[in-house]
Amino acid sequence: MNHQHNMGCQNILKNLNAYIDEYLDAVLCGDIEAHINACSNCQIVVNTLKKTIQLYQIDGQKTTLTAEARRRLFASLDLDDYVNQDWKSPGKTIDQT
Amino acid sequence: MNNNANHPPLDLGALKQKDKQAFAQLVDLNLDRIFRLALKMVGNPQDAEDVLQETFIKAYNNIDSFKGRSKISTWLYRIATNEALMMLRRRKDGIIHIDEGVETDQGDILPIQIVDWCCLPEKEMMSNETRNHLHDAVQTLSDANRAAFLLRDVEGLSTREAAEALDISESALKVQLMRARMQLREELSDYFATKMPRENT
Repeated sequence: MNHQHNMGCQNILKNLNAYIDEYLDAVLCGDIEAHINACSNCQIVVNTLKKTIQLYQIDGQKTTLTAEARRRLFASLDLDDYVNQDWKSPGKTIDQT
Repeated sequence: MNNNANHPPLDLGALKQKDKQAFAQLVDLNLDRIFRLALKMVGNPQDAEDVLQETFIKAYNNIDSFKGRSKISTWLYRIATNEALMMLRRRKDGIIHIDEGVETDQGDILPIQIVDWCCLPEKEMMSNETRNHLHDAVQTLSDANRAAFLLRDVEGLSTREAAEALDISESALKVQLMRARMQLREELSDYFATKMPRENT
C-alpha cells in the first residue's frame, strides 16, 4: 500500500527523529500528536518505527560474548591471571567450564 | 545497556600506569557492549572477536590519549567503530567515508510500507527467525548509517556522544540515524507483512 503524503504528513516526517527522541518543544509535539491521532497512516509509521527500535534494543540485550570467547580475549591480551575474576559481581569468580 | 551497576569504579590512574588488574577490569566491564557493536557492524562473530581484541589492544597502548572529557565507554566505542570500519574497508578494498550519504534527499526517507505489525505476538517478534532477520536487515544499511543506528539506538549513547564517537557533527548524526531507522522500518515492515494474519474477504 502506498502512503499518500500531505503537508501534515510531511511535517511529521521532518520531525520524526526529534519526536521519537522526545526533544521537540511542547507546542510542536502537541501538533504532531494531534495529526497522528487523526491520520492512521502516520500513526502506523510512528508506532512501527518505535517498535523497530525497541526490537533492536531487546535483541541487543541478548547478545553477549560467550565464556569461551571471553577466555580467548583475555589470553590474547595477556590477562590470563584475571580470567576467572567477575568484575561485574565483585567477590565472585567466573566458571569457565 | 548499562552493565556497570555493582562494580568498584575504574582507577584511571592505574590504567595510565598500565596496571594489568585495572585493565582486566576495563575489559570485563566493556567487552559485551563492544562485542555487540562489533558483531552488528561486521556481521559475523569471528571478525567481531578480532575487532574486540584490536579495540582493547589499542585502548591499552593509547590510554594516555584518553583525557577523561568523555566516558571511557564512549572512547572505546570510538576505537571499536574505527576498527570495524577499517575491517569493512579491507573487505571491500575501497574507501569508506564516515559521512557518506549525508546530503539531504527527502526521497529516500519517505515511508512506503504501511502495515500495522505492532499487534503481532511478542513470541513472533522475538523468534530466532526474526532475530536472524533483524541481523540481516541491519547489514543492508550503509556502514555510516549502521554505525549511527547501533551507537544511538542499540547502545543508548546520546546524540552528542554518538556524534563524538563517529567524529561527525550532531546534525550529520541525526541525518544518518533517520535514514537508518526508516530503512530498517521498511525492511521489518516487508518481513512482518508476511506474518500478518490474512483478512477474510
